[in-house]
Amino acid sequence: MIETVERKSKSISTGIDWYLSSFRLFEESLNGKAASQIHSIRKDALARFAALGFPTTKNEEWKYTDISPLTKYHFKPMLKYSLEGLTARDVEQFTFHNLPSFRVVCVNGHFSEQLSTLSGLPHDVRIESLTDMLQSDSDIIREYLGKFVSYENDTFIALNTAFLHDGVFISIPNNTILKIPIHMIFISMESDSEFVSHPRSLIVTGKNAQVSILESYVNLTDRTYFTNTVSEIVLGENAVLEHNRVQLESTRAFHIATIQTQQERNSNFTANSLIFGGSLVRNNLNSVLDGEGAECTLNGLYLGTGSQLIDNHTTIDHAKPHCPSHELYKGILSGKSKGVFNGKIKVRKDAQKTDAKQTNKNLILSDDASIDTKPQLEIFANDVKCTHGATIGQLDEDAIFYLRSRGVSLEKARDILIYAFASDVIDRIKIEALREQLHEIIHDRLERERQ
Amino acid sequence: MLEIINLHAGVQGNEILKGIDLKVNVGEVHAIMGPNGSGKSTLAQVLAGRESFAITEGRVLYEGRDLLARAPEDRARQGLFMAFQYPVEIPGVTNTYFLKSGLNAIRKHRGLEELDAIEFLQLAKERAKLVDMDESLLNRPINHGFSGGEKKRNEIFQMAVLEPKLAILDETDSGLDIDALRIVANGINKLRRKDNAIILVTHYQRILNYVVPDFVHVLIDGQIVHSGGKELALELEERGYDWVRDDAEKAIVSS
Repeated sequence: MIETVERKSKSISTGIDWYLSSFRLFEESLNGKAASQIHSIRKDALARFAALGFPTTKNEEWKYTDISPLTKYHFKPMLKYSLEGLTARDVEQFTFHNLPSFRVVCVNGHFSEQLSTLSGLPHDVRIESLTDMLQSDSDIIREYLGKFVSYENDTFIALNTAFLHDGVFISIPNNTILKIPIHMIFISMESDSEFVSHPRSLIVTGKNAQVSILESYVNLTDRTYFTNTVSEIVLGENAVLEHNRVQLESTRAFHIATIQTQQERNSNFTANSLIFGGSLVRNNLNSVLDGEGAECTLNGLYLGTGSQLIDNHTTIDHAKPHCPSHELYKGILSGKSKGVFNGKIKVRKDAQKTDAKQTNKNLILSDDASIDTKPQLEIFANDVKCTHGATIGQLDEDAIFYLRSRGVSLEKARDILIYAFASDVIDRIKIEALREQLHEIIHDRLERERQ
Repeated sequence: MLEIINLHAGVQGNEILKGIDLKVNVGEVHAIMGPNGSGKSTLAQVLAGRESFAITEGRVLYEGRDLLARAPEDRARQGLFMAFQYPVEIPGVTNTYFLKSGLNAIRKHRGLEELDAIEFLQLAKERAKLVDMDESLLNRPINHGFSGGEKKRNEIFQMAVLEPKLAILDETDSGLDIDALRIVANGINKLRRKDNAIILVTHYQRILNYVVPDFVHVLIDGQIVHSGGKELALELEERGYDWVRDDAEKAIVSS
């Protein structure tokens, strides 16, 4: 007992050191492949990570989110691809029954060719392991990987980049319309110790391409773990991409995610971020509208139960004129959970005729739940329309009574109203199977909370 | 069916109902009339189970058993219904979805099989006709964007679907034009049966021309000060409430 306490208190000061020593293990595991171009990027990112250190609440960007619990753990890096007996059958539980999809499975951040089902994929659409791509040292990797996401000022992006080794590479060529969605399933599993994975995705859609992507973060472990993921998404001219993200990490997980999108002229990006899991969650969703007429829609739904902390930071960077952006984030917070929403809208000097709308609404279900919400507008152009609004409320007692007076139980009435609150985010999701699943997830989580 | 005995209730230490006594039998229609602020709506809401009112004294028996201890949904399942004076708007929940949940909870309680979506829709469409309600309102969010008249019709439509044993209609006539009033009253009359009872809470006599009550009670300052037959409503319409109030005061003084 004493030993454990000592180790933990020591690790507060050595949080960084642990990752530095993990990096040495990582280098050894590369078996001499450490000479490549990518490895110098890794080392540079590691140096940045060491210099930045873990942010504290004194850092404005982390004001409401104390990550010190995360820094106390010695997470084992999952350096090797291993299925540990995991079969395609085990993966079934994470798929949607009525939804045909191209399935990509990552286990502890490693692309699993065995568990992925990509048959029928048009021959010019590429869905591959990032490891293979790194080894081939292809032009596309050189052109895009790490180009739009910067680890300069972000500890976790730096950490992810330092351990960059595997993940998913997707390329949709010009004029290709993929009618069936791509479902990426990120599974965390390990039974021996606390562990970390750093999945990385690079998704490049060409001119006039269209694709719908679904990402699920799931787990098969009782251990505390840490997912530190970075996704880079590039939309070519007139491309359309819908990105649905369902985060169902365990209640013992730390989940830090960065999604960086880069949009060219007339492209259209929609993100549906559906956040349910994790004990400490931070999502950074940054979208750059870098071509005239590009449009982005960020929809978010977060449901906090127990003592979860769910932090959503979004940035929409209007870099060019005539770009509309729409943002609707809704939070449901129960138990002792805490939510953070920070929505930054940046309108650069040349981005005239920007039309940006941001809304954050929160439903607080208990006295101990809370939300810190903050819009952040940085506007340097003069002919723009930017609106923002935030609300924090409770369930309407009149509405509860109305439903009960028709025979609906108190619990069911509350469920109906909570679901109704979430419905305008859910209704925007195009994949019906996902909408149905969300109904169940919300119901199950609230049910568990009551017990 | 319903027996109210010396009921006192209020909100935040403010007594609104100051000793109500009322007995309603199966097959009867009772009208409760009174000026604004007399406690009519409070009485309706207390009976339906609104928790924001505190009951300080008295009892209410429904079918011979204590009503006040029961949750609002239990009361509904046992056949009690209140049409709201101000129906609540609930965006995001469709009329049919919520009413199906309610009806099935009630049916389950009565030992009947639950209706599936198709059976329910059939029933709903049929009952919507009773109040000339546009079918398109069935799939709209509850009362959201409904006109005043549509909201009141929606209440009677819900009553028609749930088939309560005792319906309390709280100012269902207020704010309706004469055509809408006729339609709503007509709906109520079609639901009036020998095996149920209705309490009509109203400010105006007008609806009683269409839904003819068996008894009329005058509620003033939290007490029923006068009761009579249907002709009492006409007298109130002609003479106002002051004479009843004066008579009541005299009665108190002389006793």
